[in-house]
Amino acid sequence: MDFSFLSDPRYDVLGAFWMTIQLTFWSAIGSFVLGVLLAGMRVCPVPIMRGFATAYVNIVRNIPLTVIIIMMSQVLYSQLGLMLAVREPGVNPQGFLNSQNFRLAVLGFILYTSTFVCEAVRSGINTVPPGQAEAARAIGLKFTQVLRIIVLPQAVRAVIAPLASVLIALTKNTTVASAIGVAEASLLMNTLFENEADKFLAIFIVFALGFVILTLPVGLILGWVAKKAAVRR
Amino acid sequence: MATTLAAGVAAALALSACGSDSTPAATTTAPATTAPASSSAAASSEAPTSAGSETSSGGSETGSATGSASAGDSKVLTDAAAGTLTIGIKFDQPGLGLLQPDGSYAGFDVEVAKGVAKELGVEESGITFVEAKSAEREGLIERGEVDFIVATYSITDTRKEKVNFAGPYFIAHQDLLVKADNTDITGPEAMGGKILCSVTGSTSAQKVKDTYAADVALQEFGTYSECVENLRTGVVEAVTTDDVILAGFAAQSPGEFKVVGNGFSDENYGIGLAKGDTAGTEAINAAIEAMIADGSWAKALEDTVGPSGYTIPEPPTVG
Repeated sequence: MDFSFLSDPRYDVLGAFWMTIQLTFWSAIGSFVLGVLLAGMRVCPVPIMRGFATAYVNIVRNIPLTVIIIMMSQVLYSQLGLMLAVREPGVNPQGFLNSQNFRLAVLGFILYTSTFVCEAVRSGINTVPPGQAEAARAIGLKFTQVLRIIVLPQAVRAVIAPLASVLIALTKNTTVASAIGVAEASLLMNTLFENEADKFLAIFIVFALGFVILTLPVGLILGWVAKKAAVRR
Repeated sequence: MATTLAAGVAAALALSACGSDSTPAATTTAPATTAPASSSAAASSEAPTSAGSETSSGGSETGSATGSASAGDSKVLTDAAAGTLTIGIKFDQPGLGLLQPDGSYAGFDVEVAKGVAKELGVEESGITFVEAKSAEREGLIERGEVDFIVATYSITDTRKEKVNFAGPYFIAHQDLLVKADNTDITGPEAMGGKILCSVTGSTSAQKVKDTYAADVALQEFGTYSECVENLRTGVVEAVTTDDVILAGFAAQSPGEFKVVGNGFSDENYGIGLAKGDTAGTEAINAAIEAMIADGSWAKALEDTVGPSGYTIPEPPTVG
């Protein structure tokens, strides 16, 4: 099998996978923060916050990710003019385009993935015995304190394994960013398919293997962490 | 541990869809299914060629063909004799191949496909049109899902290794589409510091960057429609691909866009069919020549891309 494209300077395979890792990293952090926030809102006593979070999660997680990512570029940026990077006149606009598309994609991934994080964390909250929250309230803690100090630390420890699945799904979902021109692995794969159609199988194997290398350790390590961190009851 | 391993395996399996919803995954079976087809073609090339009526129609030589298959082995001719043809076209390219809201097809590629089918003795009712997206074209032909493909299919050496080409039936030139009131983009050289849009994985934008303006920025989207929409809102400053495709988009919104008209490469559109199908290639070549000779080629072009103001060129030399 002909793997010559790996050493061809026109195709930066490692760089493309590095972009995939960066997309995953920033999206994972953002999704975790927003997801936990949404989970907190879904169990909070204020009806309007609960209603908003419920509506948000149920709407956004049912929209195909491709639609969300294309919407980021075609609606938020193109039609509504949302700028996440600064275009300086006279400077090669490639840098601007790269940051703009990267940030739009990360924003899209965060908005989408946080709904799954929210539902995972919410299922974790259900594993915390009600007595814990009642006891915390009894010693005078406010709702946010109960959530932050008592409930969420236990809830998150219970859902590390499901969160690992969400992270693995996110890693693979970053391939959708190619739809708005982010130069990650699947965009390079498309370029290679176009230019090197005769090496189809070799290209496919390299990219499939690349994603296995990225995701397999995540599942194994977080599975181990989940066992260590689980709250024994 | 068992559960995490299962998750890992599931992740690996899910990778077969690693292009998410895009096309490549579907085409991966191509190499496996090609093997029997090409070996049978090789075997048949040993047998003496039985001269079918189609091969005697004076079709020109095709340099791309390796083996000479007899007419009986030609999928195109066998299917045409049975009165049905499955033809791959683009569904999303105004002026060339477009699926219309009423379910009919319009465009120059469609007219050429119908013309060739007619020359091969197939009625319009016997034609089934299927969508042939750019990245899927070789796979569709190799798996035998289509008889031939007429879908802005540029003849290139790498593609010739996988499929046969009849034609060219049209010569397009890469060009730029800009807003109608734009005066500072006069050609690819003027793209420095500007944002140029093209389709993911396509070679046209790369060509501008490599050959004309190294400091041009490339924005890639999934479809040309998205590029044109972004040109409308000013997010990109130009869209590049073949002039005839751009003319189709310009014709869709009159007065808003213009093709710069400084074509800077030759794209020979061919009709793709199974590798080694010499008899079929010659029959299609003859059909294209007949279309050019009887004026239906020029009429098809006039009817489809003419309204965009595209200058009807001289017909190409087939073969």
